[in-house]
This record gives sequence, C-alpha cells and structure tokens, in this order.
Amino acid sequence: MAGHFEATPGGGAAVALDEVEISILRSLAVQLLELIGPGDTPADGEDPLAALFAEGPSKPPTDPALARLFPDAYGGPGSPAEGGKPQEELRELSSEFRRFTENDLRSGKRDDAVTVVRTLDALSPAGDGGAVLTLTGDECHSWLRSLNDLRLTIGTRLEVSDEDEGGEGSLYRLPDTDPRKPMVMAYLWLGALQETLVEALMP
Amino acid sequence: MGQVSVATPLEIERPDAAEEAFAVPEPDVPWVTLVHNDPVNLMSYVTYVFQAYFGYPKDKAHRLMMDVHQKGRAVVSSGSREEMERDVQAMHGYGLWATLTQDRN
Repeated sequence: MAGHFEATPGGGAAVALDEVEISILRSLAVQLLELIGPGDTPADGEDPLAALFAEGPSKPPTDPALARLFPDAYGGPGSPAEGGKPQEELRELSSEFRRFTENDLRSGKRDDAVTVVRTLDALSPAGDGGAVLTLTGDECHSWLRSLNDLRLTIGTRLEVSDEDEGGEGSLYRLPDTDPRKPMVMAYLWLGALQETLVEALMP
Repeated sequence: MGQVSVATPLEIERPDAAEEAFAVPEPDVPWVTLVHNDPVNLMSYVTYVFQAYFGYPKDKAHRLMMDVHQKGRAVVSSGSREEMERDVQAMHGYGLWATLTQDRN
C-alpha cells in the first residue's frame, strides 16, 4: 500500500508514507491552515458567546485560492439570463449567504486540516522515517476534503485548466528548471493519493 | 436527503428584518442546486460526494458527474430556497463549485 490508500475493516483506510511524504503533507496542511486563517476564538475578556453570533464577511475573498474555496452561492457561469435577476441582486444574495455561512465553512475546513496534521503527528516512524498512517472513517472524510482543498488551492495557484492536454507548454511537461515543477509534482501526487482514498471509501 | 423534495412555501427564519428585501416573489417556483465544472476536482471524488451527501445510487451520481464534466454543470437537487442554500453550503464544504437558482424551465 506504499503511496496509495487501502480500505481497512471498519470503514477506515491506511497508507504507507515515507519520511519525505509525511513532511510534505504536514507542511502543505499547515500552509492551508495559514491560508484559511485563525478561528474565531474570543480574545481575553470577550464574551465567548459573541463568536457564535458573529457575522461572516459579505465580500468574496480577494485571494483567488480562497475565492475558489468559498465561492459565491448565487450567480456563477451563464446565470444572468437564466435566473432573470440582475447581477447586482445576485451579488447581494451572495453577500447575504456569505455572512451566514462562510465562518462555518472556514471552521469546517480548518478542522479537516487540523485532523491531517494531528494524525500525521501521531505517527511513530520506523528507523527509515516511514510509517503506516491508519485512519478511522471520520478521519478519512476529513483527509478526503482536506486533500481536495489542497488540490484546489495549488490548482488555482498553478492556473490548472481543462484545456491543458499535455501539449507544448503544458504544466505537465515542464522542464526540471521551471520553478513551478515541484508544485506540479505535489499537485499530481495529491491527486493520486486522493483518488485511492476515494476508491477505498466507495461503498 | 435521498429524494428530491417538492417546493414548500418559503419561510425565512433569520431574525433580520432586512431579510424582507430578499423575499422571493414566486415561492411556488422551485429552486435548484447547480454544480459547475472545474478543472481540479476528480471525477471519482465528485461522484463520491453525490453519493455520500445526497444518498444517490452510484449510477445516478455518476451520470450527474458526467453532466457536470461534459455540459459544464448539472442540477443536483431541487426544493425550497432554504433547502438549496443548505445543499450549496454542503457542496462548498466538499470543495465543489455550486450555486443555487430559481428553476424557470
């Protein structure tokens, strides 16, 4: 099971990871946490209940990766004609939705990434630094969503597109000297890892 | 979750008077959740999400995923506006690109 997840009895999954893979996954999950931002922990002396009623932002994030993780709920491609609503109204509806949902969404994605870090930190690596990561069913779902968030983030940074069919200038045929090469390798590897985790969880 | 619900009269529970401004003029017209194609999400993952969240059988989930992939988007659920907002939020939680709109077809 080196490099790919396999189902375990009881609805979980396991994968053998080497030292470098563990380190890359952990580092990426920590970067994702930094991107998503801190939780709404009340400062000293503040009412902890206040955070429960705090409204989220009303505007989409300016960072393209965050904007992909937290998209507008109204509008989208081809929408103006079909909904019959003017763009301004769609923007207002999206803002309204965002105020009531984005904090929860951020906190869900944060929890998933924290699960990735925590399960990696709980590993007991062998002499060569490798270890078998064994996840419960719940942990598998957090991993699945977090691997997807990581791929969305990296994919946005790399400007991955459907039109890229591996031809001249393709992201997948970069020379080793291209600064994007390591990120592309990570992107493809995360995709393969996620694919095997989906397979392991498929009913 | 397994079945598509019939449109119900819209009841907005949010304690915000400003919400009135967003009142839906035609509450009997159902809303739908659309999932849009994107170049990153794995086909297997999208199928998995449709099965896991909506409880759709594998062939239906696969068909919807193929519609997203080939036609650019697919209607994955329909019902009241509140229900569709819940579905869209869940899809965003999974990292799928989803929007809701009022179905006029």
